[in-house]
Amino acid sequence: MNKFWPLFFCFWPVVAIVVLWISPAMDWWFPGAAMSPLGEQIDNLFYMILLVVGIVFVGTHIALGYVLFRGVDHADDKKSWFSHGSHKLEVLWSVAPAGILLFISLYQLEVWMRYRVKSHFPDDVQPIAEVTARQFEWRIRYPAPGKPLLPTPQPDDLYTVNDLHVPFGRPILIRLRSMDVQHSFFVPELRVKQDAVPGTVIPVWFETNDEGDYDLTCAELCGWGHYKMRGRVFAERESEFHAYMKTLQAEQDYDGVRELESTGAQIAEYSGETDDNSGH
Amino acid sequence: MSTLSPTADVHGHGHEGHGHHDIGFVRKYVFSTDHKIIGIQFLVTTLLMLLVGGALALGVRFQLAWPWRTVPIIGEIIFSGEGGSMSPEFYTMLVTMHASVMIFLVIIPILAGAFGNFLIPLMIGADDMAFPVLNMLSYWFMWPAIACFGVSFLINGLNAAPAQGWTAYPVLSALHDSAPGSGAAQTWWLLGLTFVGVSSMMGSVNYMTTIINMRAPGMTLFRMPLTIWSMFITAILQAFALPVLTAAGFMLVAERVLGFNFFVPGGLIVNDNDPTIGGGQPLLWQHLFWFYSHPAVYIMLLPAMGMVSDMLAAQVRKPIFGYKPMVYSMAAIAGLGFIVWGHHMFTSGMNPALGMTFMISTMMIALPSAVKVFNWLGTIWGGKVRFNTVMLNCVAFISMFIVGGLSGIWMASVPTDIYFHDTYFIVAHFHYVLFGATLFGCFAAIPFWYPKMFGRKMNETAGKLHFLLTFIGFNGTFFPMHMLGIAGFPRRYADPYIHPYMEHLMPMNRFMTLCAILMGIAQFILIANFVISYFNGEKVGRNPWQANGLEWSAPSPPGHGNFDVLPVVYRGPYEYSSPLNDDDRDFLMQTDPPPKRSEESESGGGKEDGGTAEEQA
Repeated sequence: MNKFWPLFFCFWPVVAIVVLWISPAMDWWFPGAAMSPLGEQIDNLFYMILLVVGIVFVGTHIALGYVLFRGVDHADDKKSWFSHGSHKLEVLWSVAPAGILLFISLYQLEVWMRYRVKSHFPDDVQPIAEVTARQFEWRIRYPAPGKPLLPTPQPDDLYTVNDLHVPFGRPILIRLRSMDVQHSFFVPELRVKQDAVPGTVIPVWFETNDEGDYDLTCAELCGWGHYKMRGRVFAERESEFHAYMKTLQAEQDYDGVRELESTGAQIAEYSGETDDNSGH
Repeated sequence: MSTLSPTADVHGHGHEGHGHHDIGFVRKYVFSTDHKIIGIQFLVTTLLMLLVGGALALGVRFQLAWPWRTVPIIGEIIFSGEGGSMSPEFYTMLVTMHASVMIFLVIIPILAGAFGNFLIPLMIGADDMAFPVLNMLSYWFMWPAIACFGVSFLINGLNAAPAQGWTAYPVLSALHDSAPGSGAAQTWWLLGLTFVGVSSMMGSVNYMTTIINMRAPGMTLFRMPLTIWSMFITAILQAFALPVLTAAGFMLVAERVLGFNFFVPGGLIVNDNDPTIGGGQPLLWQHLFWFYSHPAVYIMLLPAMGMVSDMLAAQVRKPIFGYKPMVYSMAAIAGLGFIVWGHHMFTSGMNPALGMTFMISTMMIALPSAVKVFNWLGTIWGGKVRFNTVMLNCVAFISMFIVGGLSGIWMASVPTDIYFHDTYFIVAHFHYVLFGATLFGCFAAIPFWYPKMFGRKMNETAGKLHFLLTFIGFNGTFFPMHMLGIAGFPRRYADPYIHPYMEHLMPMNRFMTLCAILMGIAQFILIANFVISYFNGEKVGRNPWQANGLEWSAPSPPGHGNFDVLPVVYRGPYEYSSPLNDDDRDFLMQTDPPPKRSEESESGGGKEDGGTAEEQA
């Protein structure tokens, strides 16, 4: 019975590791593989740190279990081992972790630079849309087809709410801003997160590997409806993206006079007729 | 004035002034200036607040497990308008106030307020704090803080309490119309924060002065127990970091009440109001807030580290392994603690070059933490291990701190933090550090110093049961949060399950809530044990743990003025199992004079041994 507690303290790390081990199979893990090149690098970094941390976790707990087991055996000794420490050990267990930590620090710098440092952004990536967070939705402003996105709203800009369409397979850039309080643009499957800070416009770039729609959530407490700021990122083929832009433009230009035909081709016909299309 | 001289004739500081002069009940137990009473007042208050904070946490957990269901017991009363289910704004208030209560009214005051007050004079051999009245005020400034937090929760009805998170990021916390809780409640919350700050600052000034000036003769800096080192370093941290938060709080109040403009930029349209006028910068608040609140994380941890070191050495009957590395690593944690605040802001859009520097300093702060863990393991290594409540909680402290420390590496690493920021991974991390480490440290410290507080021991069986249930409940609640975080589960969501990718995580959340309820119930064992032992606990003498700090040479409980014999310190704090012992004890008190080599040491002899002779096992 006097070994119960050392066993107890060894038992729980085993449970922890087993739980972690079965987590991917139980779907208690990432929401799918990373769907962006940078996200894949982030995942690799995660697994690399998991390896290091796992070894340290297991190692320290084996050490803890060992000293407890041995200590229980010696519980009835007259005296403990009289030692004030070991200079050699202190040096060893200072230098070794320092080396590992320094390695992790330097190893990840490249990902961070690619993610956030403007001069390391992909070459000539142009902003595709402006995403403005507000309580409790995502407002999206695209430039009219064929035009660049300008910092200030233009009369022919296109607007949607909560649905961000992007082409996949190439880096795209959005300009992120907030209309009221602080929000955070978080697409878990792409491993992208960036706070939307009031008064600031922040460029965010990402690239999706494959078509699909990905959940967009808010990751910074923004009020009572924080949990329901649900948006979606639709990654689609370049041609689909352009067709979508055309549809959007047609819907927005529709002045209510003529019946709106359902096919995109017919919409395109009269899309250029009206000038007054600042549909907001 | 203490000096480095270990001789007995240096005790010039007014030892005669604390006879038992008659003071009334109120002066003795309510507005007391005695550090021991103040410490116990802090302890009782924080334990009560622990129950409040725990109840708020259970509210959070209930909503995450059974979203929008009728809240048991209180639902029909306070949410009658919504059919008994809590509103989403109430959920954000629960989150906010749980953190505010736990951080400002439990963790910070239980360490510095309760144990700092009780232990510092006793462990350094002083008769009281340097400024007893200031000390009393530091306790009594907690109550306006509690009142302000209470008022903020009630002033505009339950659906308009502070709801900005404990971090209170503007613009949400600055503009009245940005959330139901951003009205008057937020101002009261900020006032409460200021009162806590004043209380902490008074404590911190007092601790620094006391430790520097009032050590017993012979208590050199490197003979101080690690508890005292940790309290000393914590006090310095408080003194330097807190003014920044206080200033930031005043700036936010000025912005809210007087129309100043620090944090709100112009042109914001909140709740269909007119656009804001201003040129403020929301990130300024984040910098100021975290400049305090990151060091505050260490304020919430270092004293527990110090206390666990002391308790562990006494339990395994061994000197602490690497005393000086322990001191230096605490100092390193404190020093680096001032230059890592930006790691809370990796996704905030601050300059990415800053992100790199903060990442490297954050990685480096893991180093002294690792050194401390290895030294604790080294302390147990070769020791005699007997599991009592104190030892169990100490070992839990180490084990949980390892988990909390290691998960921090993902957060220090910027790219992975991009993903984990503001998810449950962070929640798991800081609960492992603040609850897993700090509170288990306190759960060890309460039974360890209880005999010194009240002259009685706490019940061992109840203590072990409390530990077992808390440990299981704790890990059942918080370990799965790592997986939630990996699954991308954001914090502060009243109903995460409307997002398809999180739907399947509800069963896990139910399991966690059940564990949290178990953990909550277990705390009543602690409270009951605390109260019942006061009346029925086994009576003990001066030194029930056979420990060698100065506090154990004083009577239990110590009278006014603490020591019946002025302690004189001859040796370091961890002389357990010393080969110098020739009697049947396995330890040397700090007051034990060195073996007689010459005549000059005779002056310090006298009654020092008297303090320990009557101890019982």
